[in-house]
Amino acid sequence: MSSASGDTLSLRRQLILYAALSFLAFWFLVPFAWMLITSVKTPDEVFSRLLPSVLRLANFVEIFNQPTLPFGRYFLNSTIITVFGTGASLFTSAVVAYAFARLNFFGRDVLFVAVLSTMMLPAAVTMIPTFVLFQKLGWVDTFLPFLVPACTGNAFQIFFLRQFFKTLPIDLIDAARIDGCSNLRICLSIAMPLAKPTLATLAILSFLSLWNDFMGPLIYLHSNEKRTLALGLNAFAGMYGTQWHLLMAASVVATVPILMVFFMGQRYFERGLVMTGMKG
Amino acid sequence: MKLNLREHIEGYLFISPWILGMVLFALGPILASFGLAFTRWNLFTEPEYVGWANFQKLAHDPLFYKSVFNTIYYTIFAVPLGLVLALGLAMLVNHRLRGVNFFRTAFFLPNVVAGIAMLLLWKWLFDPNFGLINLFLDWTGLMAALEWISIGRPQWISSRAGAMPGLVFMSIWGLGGSMMIFLAGLQNIPRELIEAAELDGAGPWKRFRYVTVPLLTPTIFFLTMVGVIGSLQVFNQAYVMTQGGPAHATLFYVLYLFQTAFERFQMGYACAMALVLFIITLIVSLIQLAMGKKWVHYQ
Repeated sequence: MSSASGDTLSLRRQLILYAALSFLAFWFLVPFAWMLITSVKTPDEVFSRLLPSVLRLANFVEIFNQPTLPFGRYFLNSTIITVFGTGASLFTSAVVAYAFARLNFFGRDVLFVAVLSTMMLPAAVTMIPTFVLFQKLGWVDTFLPFLVPACTGNAFQIFFLRQFFKTLPIDLIDAARIDGCSNLRICLSIAMPLAKPTLATLAILSFLSLWNDFMGPLIYLHSNEKRTLALGLNAFAGMYGTQWHLLMAASVVATVPILMVFFMGQRYFERGLVMTGMKG
Repeated sequence: MKLNLREHIEGYLFISPWILGMVLFALGPILASFGLAFTRWNLFTEPEYVGWANFQKLAHDPLFYKSVFNTIYYTIFAVPLGLVLALGLAMLVNHRLRGVNFFRTAFFLPNVVAGIAMLLLWKWLFDPNFGLINLFLDWTGLMAALEWISIGRPQWISSRAGAMPGLVFMSIWGLGGSMMIFLAGLQNIPRELIEAAELDGAGPWKRFRYVTVPLLTPTIFFLTMVGVIGSLQVFNQAYVMTQGGPAHATLFYVLYLFQTAFERFQMGYACAMALVLFIITLIVSLIQLAMGKKWVHYQ
């Protein structure tokens, strides 16, 4: 890959760079490290010692065992919403994006401008009427306000996948057409597998945003057993606000799944961003 | 490509889920907002038509102005700060160094921590008495220095003066996403262009100013648009960390909108606020698009 970084740097410059990067990385990692360290401290050690004397893993058992806030349940709820939401919206977005990139139909370019403008639409603008709609449908306090819209795709994902599908060589598609493949077949079994880095990148971003969504669950999920982790954590902070070791243990639990997803997809992540190119 | 009826129909079949979603969850709600903004409605009784009353009330609502001011304040500081620092970091991690991936991951990592967990953690870090930031200042003797120059103990988000700067400061830890996108942009710059400039005798600053930056303008433009739209919608920080306080110092627009709708159940008034936000976003985006035509270079 050609890039602006091909030079072999002199040893002196390398050392300076390492020093600068280490210094900055230290500050970026401090909050997370503090969370991890506190999550295994005993209550007494939270303020009295910088590092814990023993790893108190009992904190993790304790947060799952306290009766008022069912963390296991919250974890499951977040998982359902996030996994289904990511899968459904990526699948739909890929099919929609394929049409915008590869099919000719009346009004395509105008409709694509509409995709771009919904990308810029603040969620707060549509929040109240959407809430009213879901309330009329009796969907409040269910997961449907999250699962159903996911099935209609997502403007960001449509945009980026379309950019990728546009770069596919026309010969590839023509060859498949001559072999008698339908457009849907080409989209699903040729274009989508090739889009793996882009799909992985978008999956990570979608996973992050759904797992971290706070306002949506705050509006729609009211009963305790329907809460997601984001809501549960906030409730936990309200109840056990000063039990830092427990709050941090709960935070670590909430973080582990997104860390795992990120590290699994990381090798695609950078490539996905580079390929997308961000060129409008 | 030959056009035929089948392809038209097929195209619309492919995009039909998106059309349905757009009508139900974007276009419909916007139109409904237009209607509801002219009503008084508490969600439980029938909406009552009140003409322009909501907008007149808005024009005299000090909290509305406060929330607009706060949101603009935050945007003006957090977005440029984030962009400059993200570009700086991206250039640092764009070197071919052993272990550079570790640093890329380190800078991105705060984005991979559960969002609310991060906010609760920061709330604690900012705590004037038990937070790591002030403890750090105590340990290093910097606090004594602050007290000596009679600034005193910073109260961060617990004080009116410190709340907004605190939130802007915290936003630095979220710039990993922009850094990654800048990095992608930097890696898309053809090596030959930098070399050609070097051969022409351009030093590092000139190469940066006249080659790198112009080629990055689409990325800068994209991140500015997304950043501005994002910071017009700040909600979680304020809801979780400060509840808009102290004394409305962090009352962001969307927080005020949310409280109006879902805590005070003034749905009509909240819809009027939503419309104003819609119009503000539209105007800001159009200005950016128009300005972008002047400074963004597409290759």
